[in-house]
Amino acid sequence: MNHPVEQSVIQLLGGLLLLTVFVMLSIRRIFTMIRVFTVQGIILTANAVFVGAISGEEHLFLLAFFTLVLKVVVLPVLLFRLIHRLRLRGDVEVVVNVPLTMVTGILIVVFASSLAAPLTMMASTISRGLIGFGLSTVLLSFLVILSRRKAITQVLGLLSLENGLLFSAINATYGMPMIVEFGVALDVLVGTLLFGVFFFQIRESFENLDLERLEKTWED
Amino acid sequence: MSGGAGSVLGSFFQIVLVGVLGPLLVGWVNWVRGVLSNRKPPSVIQPFRDLFKLFRKETIRPSGTSALFGLAPYVVFSAMVVASLLIPVVSTVSGGRAMGDAIVLVGLFALARVFMALAAMDTGTPFGGMGGRREMMVGFLAEPATILVLFTTYLLSHSTMTGVTSEVVREGSVLPTPSLVFGALAYFLILLGENSRIPIDNPATHLELTMIHEAMLLEYSGRNLALMEWGSSIKLLLYLLLGISFFLPWGMSGSPGWQGDLLALAALGGKLVVAGAALALFETLMAKLRIFRVPEFMTLAFLLAILGFLSHFILEV
Amino acid sequence: MDILATLLIPLSAAGVLALFGARSWAPRFNVVASGMVFLSALEVARHVSGKGIFALSNQLFADDLNIIFVVLTGLVATTTSVFSVHYVRFEVERGQFDSGRLRLYHSMYQMLVFAMLLGLFSNNLGLLWVALEAATLSNAFLISLYRSPKSLEAAWKYFVLLGVGIAQAFFGLILLYFAAEKELGPGGMALLWTNLNQVKSHLNPQVLLLSFIFFFVGFGTKVGIVPLHGWLPDAHAEGPTPASAILSGLLLNVALYAIIRIKVLVDGSLGVSFTSGILIVFGLLSLWVAVFSMWGRKDVKRLFSYSSIEHLGIATLGFGVGGEIGTLAALLHMTFHSLTKSSLFFLVGTVSQWCGSQKFEGIRGVLKYTPFLGWSLILSVCAILGVPPFGIFTSEFLIFDALLHWSPWAAPFLAIALAVAFGVLMKRVLELVAGETAPSGPLPSFSRVPVGIHLFLVLILGLGLPSFLWGWYQNAARYLLGTL
Repeated sequence: MNHPVEQSVIQLLGGLLLLTVFVMLSIRRIFTMIRVFTVQGIILTANAVFVGAISGEEHLFLLAFFTLVLKVVVLPVLLFRLIHRLRLRGDVEVVVNVPLTMVTGILIVVFASSLAAPLTMMASTISRGLIGFGLSTVLLSFLVILSRRKAITQVLGLLSLENGLLFSAINATYGMPMIVEFGVALDVLVGTLLFGVFFFQIRESFENLDLERLEKTWED
Repeated sequence: MSGGAGSVLGSFFQIVLVGVLGPLLVGWVNWVRGVLSNRKPPSVIQPFRDLFKLFRKETIRPSGTSALFGLAPYVVFSAMVVASLLIPVVSTVSGGRAMGDAIVLVGLFALARVFMALAAMDTGTPFGGMGGRREMMVGFLAEPATILVLFTTYLLSHSTMTGVTSEVVREGSVLPTPSLVFGALAYFLILLGENSRIPIDNPATHLELTMIHEAMLLEYSGRNLALMEWGSSIKLLLYLLLGISFFLPWGMSGSPGWQGDLLALAALGGKLVVAGAALALFETLMAKLRIFRVPEFMTLAFLLAILGFLSHFILEV
Repeated sequence: MDILATLLIPLSAAGVLALFGARSWAPRFNVVASGMVFLSALEVARHVSGKGIFALSNQLFADDLNIIFVVLTGLVATTTSVFSVHYVRFEVERGQFDSGRLRLYHSMYQMLVFAMLLGLFSNNLGLLWVALEAATLSNAFLISLYRSPKSLEAAWKYFVLLGVGIAQAFFGLILLYFAAEKELGPGGMALLWTNLNQVKSHLNPQVLLLSFIFFFVGFGTKVGIVPLHGWLPDAHAEGPTPASAILSGLLLNVALYAIIRIKVLVDGSLGVSFTSGILIVFGLLSLWVAVFSMWGRKDVKRLFSYSSIEHLGIATLGFGVGGEIGTLAALLHMTFHSLTKSSLFFLVGTVSQWCGSQKFEGIRGVLKYTPFLGWSLILSVCAILGVPPFGIFTSEFLIFDALLHWSPWAAPFLAIALAVAFGVLMKRVLELVAGETAPSGPLPSFSRVPVGIHLFLVLILGLGLPSFLWGWYQNAARYLLGTL
């Protein structure tokens, strides 16, 4: 472990990632939320680059490049355009009881870390301490999806969930085999496009993107 | 500096230093804010002029107030002076005198706050009561976060003594660890809340519905007001000093000796200039929050503190 | 080579149909493509016998276990495409499908078949995950096809819930790779099931335990295991009927298949009792919740979607009980359920097209006005309820038997649930077919072939499995248990 600078930067990136999810939990403006998502992409890219640089795993650079293209450029541009065309720019979402969500979030972090603790012991990667943060990000994004009512914020939660997975994969095992990564990237892209189509259809049918009524089962 | 006499001298020097630097810092922040908002800034020593003027003015005690009202300014001011002795200013080892316990520090600040709020309520005016209540609310939310930040630093140094923590951080690597970064961020938010800065309160106005700190001082005049204002400016300075000694102690002197102290003093001056300017910049950029959003703001501070606390266990074991 | 052919046919058909899906020959082309998939699957099956065959540098494989599902997928996809010809014609006449939707529908149909086959054939567990996700996406298109508010909501729910679920499975995958990397070294080879199967006893049990939990939550969402079943009734009720048939008959199977693959690995490291416990508990839970939710449903397709949850629960239970009998019975159960349930959806879909409603109160007099529909509906319900001599009786009986042997405490739960299901479903379906008033709408044309084939198979196989089939299933069960 003779890379104190990089190690410290990587740990910091992990903390920042966790912070972005907490920001997502508490943020009101949808526009800002996409920015936060972009920041997550940057964090992931930087993480892949640093881990790649220390470990010498070259495919991580490739992964970093794809992350940069997909999550910092393509997806945010798509989402921003979508928001623009749906005229959601200034949209604000009512977030219920932020402090309670935060406390739940903190408990989730504790839970995820204790779950990941044995893994951390076994891992041989240089950034193994971050597995817990990766899992926390996954579970917190789940909380984002649960606590949101708007379609687009739920999607952002889902994308952030995916970011958490990628982050865990990079730090636990230096990324998954390339074939899997490609498949995942493809799925994410297609999925987001599909969301876009959905948004328009939902908007046509409901006049807004609020999924409040989805909560109650409208069956029978 | 060593030995009993040196220690007393050192303490005296520190009190004087803090007493002078406090108003100077407020003047500096106001000056930068003035420049940033394209106004003709007040002179940096304006706070001294204000204090000087207030000390010469007649002190009026509103009728119907109890002795508490008159007592509060002295309690507040002396709490701050005592607190200033507990924080490492130029050196982490101040002449054999063990630096104070951070928990005591929090207690001293709380003491000052309680007296301030009680005195404000003592006046019986609506504004006083409102200000006192709001101040207590902010304090109530900020204190747990403060304690958590202190615990985080404790985890690093295994001591709540400010000098020890400062020394440990100074001796350690310059690389930021996540727990310290989060702790510092949380601490910054706490600093804003505790010192009634924007976005929690605006120290520059007396806008009725939003003010917190000023609402408590409305009935004070003359020497009492001067003591209160002076105490508040020292409090801001102390928060900055504590932050510097916990999160940016590099440049402090680690061993007794005049040369080291002088160098550290210069470094301290530089840090305070930068910190004050940064504070002013932040305040210029931010808008004041509605009072209902204040709890959320302080929750954020608490959250950051907890994240720092947790990341120590998760990442740095 | 055969494996690749089986995969390429639906993929290229999806491409062709994306362009020409609105032509008049498109539905028939769909049938031909599906039929070719079926034949190709049979060809693969002929070669498997005992030892697996591989393709694409071991990334794809066919062995005793997945070939059963591949053939089943080919068969049901073909019969469903036959049904779909008439279904689509009627919907076009009704003005529901314009050319864009037809193209989308046909290409997504083939895409879904492709994704399922890819998932079944994948030796690489990562690829399996990707395929399941792809199946989710194409199915979401199908569910939202009608663009009605309800179908959009159903598709959205499906999408978000499964997205979250499958992400959990991905974390399981990361953990599995984490454990495997130590034994097999980094790189794509560490996720090959065949490789993992060889070193499974060396994998770290603690990691695998966590991994299985994540996999179970993730793929369990896709199976519709209670309490992760929220999306399932909506998705079934709102999509076009052929999609419901495929979803219930095939896609749920593929997800359960994925769980079983993981279970084999985890059992090798942890011993059987851990996964068995989980599967038994959640199998029973699904069974019970589904059975009692059937009470009071007003929508026909929704009613039968709960029945799908019930039967997948029974199959999960079977795998949980384990042993050769339990596993074999569960495999049989999945097969029979897939055949019966898809035929039920064909019938129910036709009936509701006819009556112009999926609600119970809108459907009456089926037996009187179309005896074929009425009788086959009754027969199909008997089959799904496990009335002898239909195949489901055999599989349920075997599972019950295995339960009595290995976990007798669970046997009464199964028996009670089955009895309740019998009462509820029988009553509701008799309501449908009885009655004197004729449905208002025009009777849609329909093909008797798909329903005929499915019912015939379930009946014949229930009366007696041919020895080569029995051998097949026995091999698969033994293969799963590692006793082959």
